[in-house]
Amino acid sequence: MTTRLFGEPVRRREDARLITGQGRYLDDLGGGALAAAFVRSPHAHARILDIDVSAALDVEGLVAIYTWEDLPGALAEPLPLLIPHPALTHGRTAYPLAREIVRHVGEPVVMVVARDRYLAEDACALIRVDYEILKPVVGIEEAVRGVHLVHEDVPGNIGAHLVQEVPGPGGLTAREAIDAAPHTLEFRLDVERSACTPLEGKGVYARWDADDGSLRVYSSTQTSTSVRMAIAAKLGLPLPKVEVIAPDVGGGFGVKIVHPWPEEVLVPWAARLLNREVKWTEDRREHFVSSSHERGQVQHVRAGFDDEGRVLGLEVEILHDHGAYTPYGIIVPIITSTQLLGPYKVGAYRVEFSSIYTNTVQVTPYRGAGRPQGVFCMERTMDRIAAHLGRDRTAVRAANFIQPHEFPYDQGMTFQDGRPLIYDSGDYPEALRMLKELIGWDSFPETKARAAAEGRRIGIGVGCYVEGTGVGPYEGGHVQVTSDGRVHVSTGLTSQGQGHETVFAQIAATELGVPIEKVSVVTGDTRRFGYAVGTFASRAAVMSGNAIALACRKVREKALRIAAEALEADPRDLEITDGMVHVAGVPSASIPLATVAVLSNPLRYAFDEEAKRATQFAGPASDDRPPVAEGEEPGLEGRDYYSPVRSTFAAGMHAAIVETDLDTAEIRILRYAVVHDCGKLINPMIVEGQIHGGVAQGVGGALYEKMVYDEHGQLLNASFMDFLMPYATEVPRIETAHLETPSPLNPLGIKGAGEAGVIPVSAVIASAVEDAEGITIARMPVSPSDLHHLRLER
Amino acid sequence: MKPPPFGYHGPATLGEALDVLAEAGPDGKVLAGGQSLIPLLNMRLAAPAHIVDVNRVPGLDGIEAGPSGVRVGALARHAAVERSPEAAAAQPLLRQALRLVAHPVIRNRGTVVGSLVHADPAAEMPAVLALLGGSVRLASRGGEREVPASEFFTGPMESALRPGELAVSAFFPALPRRSGTAFHEVARRHGDYAVAGVAAAVTLDEDLRIAAARVACVSVGPVPVVVDVTAACGPRPAASAGWEAAAEAVRDRIDPEGDIHATADYRRHLTGVLAARALRDAASAARGEES
Repeated sequence: MTTRLFGEPVRRREDARLITGQGRYLDDLGGGALAAAFVRSPHAHARILDIDVSAALDVEGLVAIYTWEDLPGALAEPLPLLIPHPALTHGRTAYPLAREIVRHVGEPVVMVVARDRYLAEDACALIRVDYEILKPVVGIEEAVRGVHLVHEDVPGNIGAHLVQEVPGPGGLTAREAIDAAPHTLEFRLDVERSACTPLEGKGVYARWDADDGSLRVYSSTQTSTSVRMAIAAKLGLPLPKVEVIAPDVGGGFGVKIVHPWPEEVLVPWAARLLNREVKWTEDRREHFVSSSHERGQVQHVRAGFDDEGRVLGLEVEILHDHGAYTPYGIIVPIITSTQLLGPYKVGAYRVEFSSIYTNTVQVTPYRGAGRPQGVFCMERTMDRIAAHLGRDRTAVRAANFIQPHEFPYDQGMTFQDGRPLIYDSGDYPEALRMLKELIGWDSFPETKARAAAEGRRIGIGVGCYVEGTGVGPYEGGHVQVTSDGRVHVSTGLTSQGQGHETVFAQIAATELGVPIEKVSVVTGDTRRFGYAVGTFASRAAVMSGNAIALACRKVREKALRIAAEALEADPRDLEITDGMVHVAGVPSASIPLATVAVLSNPLRYAFDEEAKRATQFAGPASDDRPPVAEGEEPGLEGRDYYSPVRSTFAAGMHAAIVETDLDTAEIRILRYAVVHDCGKLINPMIVEGQIHGGVAQGVGGALYEKMVYDEHGQLLNASFMDFLMPYATEVPRIETAHLETPSPLNPLGIKGAGEAGVIPVSAVIASAVEDAEGITIARMPVSPSDLHHLRLER
Repeated sequence: MKPPPFGYHGPATLGEALDVLAEAGPDGKVLAGGQSLIPLLNMRLAAPAHIVDVNRVPGLDGIEAGPSGVRVGALARHAAVERSPEAAAAQPLLRQALRLVAHPVIRNRGTVVGSLVHADPAAEMPAVLALLGGSVRLASRGGEREVPASEFFTGPMESALRPGELAVSAFFPALPRRSGTAFHEVARRHGDYAVAGVAAAVTLDEDLRIAAARVACVSVGPVPVVVDVTAACGPRPAASAGWEAAAEAVRDRIDPEGDIHATADYRRHLTGVLAARALRDAASAARGEES
């Protein structure tokens, strides 16, 4: 079939626009809007004593200055805690503008609106805020001592505490299983903080229409529908009077799923109050100190295992640095503790986490969302078991794998979506076989010996993960065929570079039998689709992809029904190819889908040639039948939703070969291999692109990125000069192989791919450096300076 | 990240530029390539009342290479110097160092002289000037003066440039016959400021033994640290030269500080490693010139 595009490496349709400067990002909009800027706290923990704006009042072009005291009604309340959880006994969120206490450097205190951003920043610089400095709580260890408190009503700085325990065979607890095991190990691991750092920061642009009493807001968000609801609620506006649009978004990686950000309610509020367009574009320093971070954890691990390396019992205690607030609940540590198990079946498992407040930027999901930490823990454990037993690292992993015949496999826990942690499908032994072949695992000892003979030190590492993707509750799709034959697809979730315009069009073109050129896709615009959850958790393709497919099937069914009447054929005999509905095997008996679209709408006005032509197909009107039959709707369109019973579980395995410089301790990645299984591939090129981007961010977490706070809670590296996001020069060429284990849970058999690449990288690089050096790696990232000192301590 | 208010001046001649700078005094700041100044302005870390943009001043973009060395004008971009075959022939260390300066887009704008005046002890070009014993020519309404590198760099981000002065050029001397140079550095990412870096110059005698060897180290002191290691290296043929002894001599002379990217101990160790590597390569280059 000429129109079968599902599974093809179709080139990204959005790229021509994006790479030639035709993209419309938030700051490209609203050229005439007033600019907002914020006075942010310079202190990690302080009480606001006085705010003196008098010196700023003389700034030319100043329009307004707001503090918390100016905020009306719901806007003066703390921002919502989006995902409550019974274990989050002390959830805390910030006010849109600080009320009395600031709890991290960067917390917004005063909002300034002026004619342009230069003037707004001039005014900010003249506003004087007097603070009483309070003792800052920085670092997990300092926080758990609980001597000083981030929130005075949260004892011990513990926001949440959760224990999940899965008994082993015979009902053994993890502790009993470990104590009874032939071998045991106990160790501590540390993972540093990092952050999403999308190249486009956040941004909000609001237009109030006083005549219409309506508000249009553009936000660089991963969820326009939920921002819309939050704005309506906070501003007391009827929902139909608020529209939110995500324009082109220059990356999100999780930080933009948090909502509403203070600016997302303050900017629209000011626009309405002032009856002027207002825009705020986050700058890089603001992003570092006032958005979100992630990753920071301390893990204490106990494992018991047999002579083959099979894990009989595993206990993990996680201290999770949650920063100053918990607007996104405890999703991150829940994912760490549940996804830690990866592709393995352990005998008995107990995981306990405490979510700790510190006077630092809040922690919310960043691509991988707690999984990189969990995988680091499990894979470090596997390597330590192998080292302890003197066995091959892949053999130990294979001994613990869930086997292909064991699916669906119930891990016995509750996942982040509140549903049972049941893996739907996978083939882990095959993935490992493919990976070992790709990287040349079995012949590596010879490679390593050859390098050693040349005076070079190299090592190989491996890491495996399972990722719950396509988390519910639902997404929807709307598909409309217009009388010009064009197919308009919309879905409520947003895009921030994934290639949705391409893959959703591939799905629609395949389902409807139309050329892809006829298909256009709109995402993240509440004017087009009002119900959605958002783009996160590797869910867009699974959720909206399936919803769009289901909507297309409704359209197709209707098209065939109308065409069958026109062609006097049986709908079951009809096919759609290249936009023509025809009787199978009889190309002459055909009708364009465009004409079917005209027929679907019994409009009395022949407004164009297509409408006139359509009359030749119109059957004799029946006097006793309404033009639109009961249960029918005019128009060739369909809307449907996909709502899965639970998440679908993708998996992957990575391997790397690194070289460590004997003298400088520099670490260079020589090869990086990925075997990836996200079920059926919609577009293998786009999946590989996702993997490449993920691995690049993973390399950042493994070797470069950390948020360095001093004891006063000052972030010392709040710029791209000192926060070391890897450049292209630091990212290795990535060799990829795909395994396709379809998901039985959804019509398209697909699983998510968005986060996958980043998840195991820290574990893989640690494994490889450890192999090269013979030094135990227990914390990431590892820099040349770190490695130098590890060598000295050996 | 928008600059505070400032007065902008775009003089069309050197005389005009010097007049404006004289009037602005300590409140004036010269804009040439802007690769350091503009970020400082945008982050409001610098707030000069007057920006004197010298980009329209004719005659400041020269690169004059001759047997004695290379004179680089105030508006000569890193990229232009890097690509100049004459400059590379007269003083190969220029190109060796410039390839390590940031990224191509920054080198297309940034100027060599601007980098010297910025006097960042982590930057390559101040180390090159210091190693070669070059100088900077400073002009003011009252006249010109030539300041040797040893007196020009006075502290981190501090130079001998006085208010009202414009650095119009810098001179990088050539080396004697049978000399070679090399620049080795370790940066966290390609193009970043170096964690540590060493420029080396080695001169051989007629018997191809080490006659002179010295290094300049970046990121390990308030200014580029020049160490003469002739005694530690020679006078021996390069193949048996005491590179490790030289490395130790360098480690003894520097006093690095730790920061978020590297400890002081690692910087000291690394500077020694890079000194040995740079000296070895410089000696090879010196032999190559002879053969």
